[in-house]
Amino acid sequence: MGFRIGFLSCLLWLSSPVTAGEVEVLHWWTSGGESKSVEVLKQLMEEQGHTWKDFSVAGGGGESAMTVLKSRVFSGNPPVAAQIKGPSIQEWAEEGVLTNLDTVAARGQWDTLLPTVIKQAMKHEGHYVGVPVNVHRVNWMWVNPKVFEKAGAKIPTTWDEFTVAAEQIKKAGYIPVAHGGKPWQEATIFESIVLGIGGADFYRKAFVDLDRKALTSDTMNRAFAILKTIKQYTDKDAPGRDWNLATSMVINGKAAMQFMGDWAKAEFANAGKVPGEDYVCVPVPETSGAFIYNVDSFVMFQQTRKEVQAAQNDLAKIIMEPRFQEVFSLNKGSIPARLNMDMAAFDRYGVASMNDFLAGSKENTLVPSLAHGMSASASVRGAVCDVVTNFYNSDMQAGEASKRLAMEVMAAQ
Amino acid sequence: MSKSEPLKIDAVIDLPDNNPKDTANHPATQARTEVAKRGRRGTLELWLPKLVVAPSFLLSLVFVYGFILWTGYLSFTKSRLLPKYDWAGFIQYQKLWASERWWVACQNLLLFGGLFILICLALGVLIAVLLDQRIRIEGTLRTIYLYPMALSFIVTGTAWKWMLTPGLGLEKLMHEWGWTGFTFDWLVNPDMAIYTIVIAGVWQSTGFVVALFLAGLRGIDDAIIKAARVDGAGTWRIYTRIIIPSLRPVFFSTFMILGHIAVKSFDLVMALTGGGPGYSTDLPATFMYTYAFTRGQIGLGSASAMVMLGGVLGIVLPYLYSELRGKNHG
Amino acid sequence: MVESMPGVKQRPLMRAVVYVPLILTAIYFLLPLIVMLLTSVKTMDEIRAGNLLSLPATLTFEPWAKAWDKMGGTFTNSFMIVVPAVAISTAVGAFNGFVLTKWRFRGSELLFGMLLVGCFIPFQVILLPMARTLGLLGLAGTTGGLILVHVIYGLAFTTLFFRNFYVAVPDELVKAARIDGAGFFTIFWRIILPLSGPIIVVSVIWQFTQIWNDFLFGVVYSSGETQPITVALNNLVNTSTGVKEYNVDMAAALLAALPTLVVYILAGKHFVAGLTAGAVKG
Repeated sequence: MGFRIGFLSCLLWLSSPVTAGEVEVLHWWTSGGESKSVEVLKQLMEEQGHTWKDFSVAGGGGESAMTVLKSRVFSGNPPVAAQIKGPSIQEWAEEGVLTNLDTVAARGQWDTLLPTVIKQAMKHEGHYVGVPVNVHRVNWMWVNPKVFEKAGAKIPTTWDEFTVAAEQIKKAGYIPVAHGGKPWQEATIFESIVLGIGGADFYRKAFVDLDRKALTSDTMNRAFAILKTIKQYTDKDAPGRDWNLATSMVINGKAAMQFMGDWAKAEFANAGKVPGEDYVCVPVPETSGAFIYNVDSFVMFQQTRKEVQAAQNDLAKIIMEPRFQEVFSLNKGSIPARLNMDMAAFDRYGVASMNDFLAGSKENTLVPSLAHGMSASASVRGAVCDVVTNFYNSDMQAGEASKRLAMEVMAAQ
Repeated sequence: MSKSEPLKIDAVIDLPDNNPKDTANHPATQARTEVAKRGRRGTLELWLPKLVVAPSFLLSLVFVYGFILWTGYLSFTKSRLLPKYDWAGFIQYQKLWASERWWVACQNLLLFGGLFILICLALGVLIAVLLDQRIRIEGTLRTIYLYPMALSFIVTGTAWKWMLTPGLGLEKLMHEWGWTGFTFDWLVNPDMAIYTIVIAGVWQSTGFVVALFLAGLRGIDDAIIKAARVDGAGTWRIYTRIIIPSLRPVFFSTFMILGHIAVKSFDLVMALTGGGPGYSTDLPATFMYTYAFTRGQIGLGSASAMVMLGGVLGIVLPYLYSELRGKNHG
Repeated sequence: MVESMPGVKQRPLMRAVVYVPLILTAIYFLLPLIVMLLTSVKTMDEIRAGNLLSLPATLTFEPWAKAWDKMGGTFTNSFMIVVPAVAISTAVGAFNGFVLTKWRFRGSELLFGMLLVGCFIPFQVILLPMARTLGLLGLAGTTGGLILVHVIYGLAFTTLFFRNFYVAVPDELVKAARIDGAGFFTIFWRIILPLSGPIIVVSVIWQFTQIWNDFLFGVVYSSGETQPITVALNNLVNTSTGVKEYNVDMAAALLAALPTLVVYILAGKHFVAGLTAGAVKG
């Protein structure tokens, strides 16, 4: 990718290329809480004397933003930084377009500040190319305790208990599970089930190593069967629903529970709900102690100008600073990516999440989220989502689904 | 600003040219003879028209056909995140062939495209004919039919989604109005969801078809109709035997426009169903986008684009050929 | 023209046959607009409580103010793109149409067919090569680049419109002018252009709508400050976290559509007239 922009200045009559010290940052954090966090980042950058040029593209969990990014890099005009995560970092690094951040990392002692799994994700061939922002936990279940109370049900910790509780809730006239029928949401539930009944090692074998045996195993069949069971307890309007609308069903007491990552907390907070009272957040049945993580991060694209390079280093440094890490996670419902942070400002679920993360790090029960693009390439993720959503929305048998899962995953590699 | 002036001229000069047999004085032949008369200045005159269309020709050559070739080449590579140029043979086409999702997308295009074009045409012709009956509120109605085209589907998709979601929209409304037996759950039913895309697509595009046909109806020479009437033909007969057949060029333009909308339908699907439930409403355009951009499989995406293009050309080219060659279409 | 159409005579029953379907279809067409309008002036609480068509208890224009606040700034960007792109593509389309009907040469029909086929490539296909090309031209992320893209992919339709219009202009007019010694451009300026009012309206309306509502090119080929209004609209509407403010979404959508709506309402009559005058005839 050795080519640079050809400067045909006569054609630049209406152009506005990046000027000195300007950082153009591509991201898809456009919601209220998120844009507040970005605003903080912007301020911190401006304090360093740089100009922040916001470049946000909302839609589809960053899908639109990725399209834009691809075109920009391919046109030889990449943004200064972009929100990219998981294995995509490695893919972009292999294209040779990312900035090496080793100097900033050494100065900031990232090696000691970052947990091992995150460190691995941020490095390409031993060099830092990414900066982590936060850690989300995916395998949470959001519960409206009042609905459970009214139905006389107990918050489930196993899938058998789940069926019992769901029946009771249904009889009481509530929707047991609030669900948004989009492929990624179905995959989110599915990966939590797989982690629960298969354990962390099985999860890694299936979704990180993409082992054919694991993908077609009985455990996988059982996971599919449970997913179908859950579907029985959702309402018929679910297809196409946004996840936050499903969350508001739990908030309003229309539904009893929702399987969703910790970003749902921001919704409860926005609605003025009190953790532990108005809502309860527990691990998805059978996954307590295990932790599916989803790490947001930034990468920097190689730039020719000295001022912009300096700005990139400053940006990386600021992102790793406690001040930003804290503000950002408080707004997003996640926990900071760096270790040894003061957790005083976080609520009980934030603290619990941090503790589980640290414990999981020791016991090796941390696993990367497949549904959120942390465990495998975008194409594999897409293939799994396809199969899961197709299974969920048709009368396919579980055995057939796991066979197809293995086939599609192999084809996507 | 007197817009009626050129209009009147047109109405008058329409007559001779509408006659398809009028090929005797072909302008190209004339141009050549005249050029011969005029010598040097004529040479420039001969080249000038070509020079004028040359930029369009070149732009189209590079930015349409060149890019098609480029995409065609990529479909024979293993390009993933960004384009790569190492030849890999037909592997992407094999993958495409084996992909169930692709076949769903193709079936959907046939179903959606067919219904969309058919309903738009039928409804468009019907409304146009009715509007042409000296309607008092024609202006208002015309604007009502046309306005959907002005709205971006990014949001009208949301409005449609609401109306079609059983617990929120029409179904709820009917229940509240007392018709409790009313169900309308196509949007959330994998087998029916594609039809909701037809409904919204028809809503957006029919107005334009109405305008095209209304214009076509207004442009028909009254003398022919009067003559038919004198011969004792009824209204129905006049429409089916004289008016509709004479609108053939309008059908041509409409087909081109609707076909292009159907093939490119992307926003419509994305906003309304996002391809779901599952991937039951995926279309080739959304398939191509998903693979090439979201999933980092540019090779496979390119292959799907080529197959899609091939299919479309297979249908369009013969029609285009017969329309441009068969009649004195211009 | 209307008097002699084979119209239905003024009998009440026949009138009903004409009006009932028209009004029914009009309701189908109006429904989404009504829903959007109603929603845009309701508070969120009312939206949650009521149904689609329930009237607002209290009118609120706050959603409109909020929507304007969030994307008002991109209005200018969109105009900066749309105005030149529409003007250039219409002008080039006019010349093309003129040549393809009045100065035909060997292969001109083929050329026209070639241009038309160009309509059918899905725009997703050209995203990447176009990005590279714009990069090479130094136009990546600029308004100029976006204008170029819109002109190129609008040419097929403007050419189609003008060609079909000029076909109906008798060759005798051109011939007579040539005998009088008028050249290519003189004929275009003096004879063809004065006749072209209606079709220019058609071309401008079509192109204006297409380019104003474009999202794909706008999001990919613009950068932060040159983003057109559809990108701002998308960012507002497709933000999937946080409380969804449907009233603001709808207000934003209507706001973004205002210029095209105004064009339709003002020029709608000329639009059909323009098409009548020959745009769609062969």
